[in-house]
Amino acid sequence: MSYQPNSTLDAETHDAISIDRSKGDFTFPERNKLDAGRGLTDKTVDYICDVKNDPPWLREFRHKALRVFLDKPMPTHWASKDLENINFDEIRYYLSDGEKPKRSWDDVPEDIKRTFDRLGIPQQERAFLAGVEAQYDSEAAYSNVKEELTKQGVIFVNSTEGLHQHEEIFRPWFGKVIPTSDNKFSALNSAVFSGGSFIYIPKGLKLKQPLQAYFRINSENFGQFERTLIIADEGSELMYMEGCTAPKFETATLHSAVVELVALKGAKIQYVTVQNWSSNVYNLVTKRGLAMEDAEVRWIDCNIGSRLTIKYPGVIMKGRRARGEVISIALANTGQHQDTGAKMIHAADETTSNIVSKSISVGKGRATYRGQVHIPKHLKGCKNNTECDALLINSNSRTDTYPAITVKGNRHSTQHEASVSQVSEEMLFYLMQRGLNQGQAMSLAVNGFINDLVREFPMEYSVELKRLIDLEMEGSVG
Amino acid sequence: MSLHIQDLHATLEDGTEILKGVTLDIPQGEVHAIMGPNGSGKSTLSKVIAGHAGYVVTGGSVTMNGEDIFQLSIDERSRAGIFLAFQYPSEVPGVSNANFIRAALQARLPQGEELDAVAYYHRLYAKMDLLEMDRKFTARSVNEGFSGGEKKRNEILQLMMLEPLYAILDETDSGLDIDALKIVAKGVNAMRAAERGFLLITHYQRLLDYITPDYIHVMAEGRIVRSGGPELAHELEKHGYEFLKELTLA
Repeated sequence: MSYQPNSTLDAETHDAISIDRSKGDFTFPERNKLDAGRGLTDKTVDYICDVKNDPPWLREFRHKALRVFLDKPMPTHWASKDLENINFDEIRYYLSDGEKPKRSWDDVPEDIKRTFDRLGIPQQERAFLAGVEAQYDSEAAYSNVKEELTKQGVIFVNSTEGLHQHEEIFRPWFGKVIPTSDNKFSALNSAVFSGGSFIYIPKGLKLKQPLQAYFRINSENFGQFERTLIIADEGSELMYMEGCTAPKFETATLHSAVVELVALKGAKIQYVTVQNWSSNVYNLVTKRGLAMEDAEVRWIDCNIGSRLTIKYPGVIMKGRRARGEVISIALANTGQHQDTGAKMIHAADETTSNIVSKSISVGKGRATYRGQVHIPKHLKGCKNNTECDALLINSNSRTDTYPAITVKGNRHSTQHEASVSQVSEEMLFYLMQRGLNQGQAMSLAVNGFINDLVREFPMEYSVELKRLIDLEMEGSVG
Repeated sequence: MSLHIQDLHATLEDGTEILKGVTLDIPQGEVHAIMGPNGSGKSTLSKVIAGHAGYVVTGGSVTMNGEDIFQLSIDERSRAGIFLAFQYPSEVPGVSNANFIRAALQARLPQGEELDAVAYYHRLYAKMDLLEMDRKFTARSVNEGFSGGEKKRNEILQLMMLEPLYAILDETDSGLDIDALKIVAKGVNAMRAAERGFLLITHYQRLLDYITPDYIHVMAEGRIVRSGGPELAHELEKHGYEFLKELTLA
């Protein structure tokens, strides 16, 4: 999809997508009837199981996961020291008003409805979405999909409804793409997860409009642990988009999601993220897709917010000719560390992966790229292309690239390119001589740097992205 | 009403003096040319007027229609009406020419006012036609992969779109073949107007065959050493810059 200027959008769509940081920075009084309290023990897990009426197998799954979480040391050999500042005893692991997700905005409690109104979600839904789930702290407040899609067999519900009502589809894939023990935070999520989406697209059905989830944190000292499982049956196609905001609290907030995608034979899944958490959120997310024969999984991932993001979306290409792609944009301003990247695991012949990562570091912001590409010896005809470009804005910013490309055997082709550039004084002088102020000049240069990737986002999101970057840039030179 | 440069002194950041007292008055409606050998300070003069951070003004003044431009930032000077056609225009990867020029025009509008996109493209295409530029040019990234001639034409296109009060052209003729030079000259001549002043900076007399200036100034070692009418260009052509040595020594 090519970029189109704002003027082609109608006013409602334009308003619907104009989410910015200041727009997300508000909070309503907590209305939680259900609160698991601070800290994490077996009692916390039982509380969540009781509230959610989990089946016995899931209760067992959660308790096991808690053991794994407690046993696993914090990652230290590579990760940011800032992880040590998370106080797991102070966090509240489950908060909800005890209401079931509503199918109509009219039924959503007034303050929650106002929250999503201010974030533009109902307007977006009317303008261009096939379905929406809106999560408020631990549970979805609203969840709806177009009726015609339901009739065609599309399932789009939260994870609790998914496992209760569609266990026969949910359970075989749940925790299979990302096992509990994958890392400390996937174990944490497995123990206390709540919310997130469960999606099933039936064979051969190609969704024309995207499905969207919106994650909102309203409460302080809270941890949001949504769990998403998307299954695209043979030959089906979907695009899923997620957005997120939180008010800026004094204390740190934790967001730790697990997202598993399954693209069966010939299916295509595109997963689009615009992450704009406030700058006190630890965003520690595990995302991975499984692509069977001739299937395709694309992660289109943009990280602008949060204090520390650690996220390496991955694709396991398990079927012949499967394709995996990660398109990643990260913007790290002062006080932020975006530790992002990609994992590409080739597990069948003639599989193809592509990674394009662009990061922008501003002020004291730090951007890190970590990549892992694995092609084992017994395969043939696999291809990987990796491109990492970093843009530095002023000399304090920092960027690191750690590509790990393991290719065994000689019947494969890989390509790796990396570059670091700066917005030069001469470029700024040129742009400013044409009448742009420093912020506008910086925005133009930065938007130019990521322009080829922004085209990969749906038009509505690419406009929002540009706005967010304009705001960040103008703020950074203020 | 003029762009008035009075006893201007400027140094590099390391203190090396480049401009050693330049005085020049460019009234609206006139075309002035500065000629001189490499290293005489011609390009520095243009950058100091535009506000480049690499130079320190150590004395003198530049006023535009009476206003002290040193009180203005780079972008404010631009919006107030000063345009510099660069000798080496920067490349801006990923930003299309059309969006770049549009952003520059948008920056001149009051807050909340939106540039009319249709009218903009009509105007842009008309100017591009005059400069014999292919329509594909609008979608190309600013100056990226442009030939020398394309870059210079792009500078003139921006000049035509932004309609400044005073335009400074820094070595716009360098690196152009004769056909490109004629096209560039056509653009500049089309912009000559009673309300607009020009300062052409050039090493060669060639450009002045196509754009006839009202006055020619010769610069050497950071000063204007001689001023005269268009005939001065021919004198320089005949004798080269060698004879300046006598002037500067005198």
